[in-house]
Amino acid sequence: MPNQIKEFPRAAPRANIFNLSVAELKEMAKKLRRHVITMTTAAGSGHPGGSLSAADIVTALYFKVMRHNPQDPQWADRDRFILSKGHAAPILYAALAESGYFPVEELATLRKLGSRLQGHTDRNLTPGVEMSAGSLGMGLSFGIGVALAARLDHRDYCTYVLLSDGECEEGQTWEATLSAAQFKVDNLVAIVDCNRMQLSGWTRDIMNLEPLKQKWQAFGWHTIDIDGHDFNQILAALQEAQKIKTGPTVIIAHTIKGKGVSFMESNVKFHGKVATPEEAERALKELE
Amino acid sequence: MVEVSTRETYGKTLVELGKENRDIVVLDADLSPSTMTHFFAQEFPERFFDCGLEEQNMIGIAAGLAASGKTVFASTFAIFASCRCFDQLRMCLSQTGLNVKIVATHGGISVGEDGTSHHAIEDLALYCSLPGFTVVVPADAIEAAEAVKTAANTYGPFYIRLSRPKTPLVYSKDYHFTLGKAVTMRGGKDATIIAMGIMVARALAASDVLAKQGIDCRVINMHTLKPLDEEAIIKAASETGAIVVAEEHLAQGGLGSRVAQVVARERPVPMSFVNLKDSYALSGKAEELLQRYGLTAKDIEKAVKSVVGRK
Repeated sequence: MPNQIKEFPRAAPRANIFNLSVAELKEMAKKLRRHVITMTTAAGSGHPGGSLSAADIVTALYFKVMRHNPQDPQWADRDRFILSKGHAAPILYAALAESGYFPVEELATLRKLGSRLQGHTDRNLTPGVEMSAGSLGMGLSFGIGVALAARLDHRDYCTYVLLSDGECEEGQTWEATLSAAQFKVDNLVAIVDCNRMQLSGWTRDIMNLEPLKQKWQAFGWHTIDIDGHDFNQILAALQEAQKIKTGPTVIIAHTIKGKGVSFMESNVKFHGKVATPEEAERALKELE
Repeated sequence: MVEVSTRETYGKTLVELGKENRDIVVLDADLSPSTMTHFFAQEFPERFFDCGLEEQNMIGIAAGLAASGKTVFASTFAIFASCRCFDQLRMCLSQTGLNVKIVATHGGISVGEDGTSHHAIEDLALYCSLPGFTVVVPADAIEAAEAVKTAANTYGPFYIRLSRPKTPLVYSKDYHFTLGKAVTMRGGKDATIIAMGIMVARALAASDVLAKQGIDCRVINMHTLKPLDEEAIIKAASETGAIVVAEEHLAQGGLGSRVAQVVARERPVPMSFVNLKDSYALSGKAEELLQRYGLTAKDIEKAVKSVVGRK
């Protein structure tokens, strides 16, 4: 029987096992960004821009905030990270590898035939991946299901769902937003990686989402606005979100697409196109 | 024949299952008084979630619950359970193999007066196209209860299609359902009618008439469309030399297509199809529509005669 959650009797961590300092988180985020560049360039395809914008958020979750155990990916009490923007798989793979879910060397197999690291996430193949994603707008619904299961089972894990801002154009995102408020899902935190760009240009030019924060508010969510590249703000927001018990919380994280590499920042070209080997070399130097 | 509602049976069976298994969770999309999941909602309110008119969201929530160890039943009308959320079915259930049972009521044109928008006539083609899905269309309320219980105890995604109107019982209470194993309702050597759902009772009625005319017709209830009981089809082709497939579904992609693939590959024999041709049905009473669009015992009888004539 695939995918059945089994409970393990072994002792489990009650807090994040890495518990990095802000200075260490910054270094880890750089390392994950380097992995993103290296693995996408090696693959010859992929989505570096949206992986780099989410790098700090993902780093904070895996190395400071979430209760998880890389030795036991199916541990029933783990906090869940659900990557709804499935094209940002490289940043998740980097975090999982550095956490110890699989060897770091495996990152080089991204998108290659026979690899466990698919172009978009696949929960049946990759240890630590909670959801198969790639068609946008589905992660929040999935996260609500996971959070409701925690309520039914009296478990205290938290469910984090990372969405893109472009993904808020999908109708299903708003179906989910309505229902999370209706079901008063207070153990669910949505994070919008608001890099203001999508595949073919600026989000405001393609399908304007603003005022985004007011929309979530109007749908009954507690909203927090932050700079998605400032660890102090990210950590404070995640802490605040855990305390809110009146319903779901969304963190609107203002980010920069391609963050960390000067020539990739806010450059729409790098949404779904990777750095050439020469560009990758320059990028890695900037990320040293 | 006694007529019983498959959806009422579904609702009551869910309550039984809910008592035995605390991990059963039920979702609906604002149709619980019609799909009859409201029985479960009354009994176990904490394990029932009405997702409102959000079918896509419902499938995602179902997947998340299943990924956390729950056995999830999600219900709505067949048309919305298929066409409205197909990408979600593909991504969240088919690709993952998660333990979600979509039990849809109001399949086919026997929905009646609600008309074209509510007639699910392509749902089986859609669900059968999804790798990993098990697809079942029970012939009566007794089989519906058995199929629902089997789904609850078999890991993986299921689609079970039920009907709106009450339908005649073709089984007695001691019937035992085996997933993926067709039931020979009646033996015969001149031709075989392979039917599903409400067409099984009609196939039996047709075979009665044909018997009086000297045509000895085998009747098979192919309740499981996927995985298909190929052995029963090959045996029928070999032993009777002619096959009629009867289904309340479009010609494209339903039971007829699936049976024809097996017959063409393994044992080509003359075939005929009683189904909906390439168009939509309109509003009307269920029985009027079934007559108007060629899904009666008489239509099956004619198809058998034509196929026997081509042997």
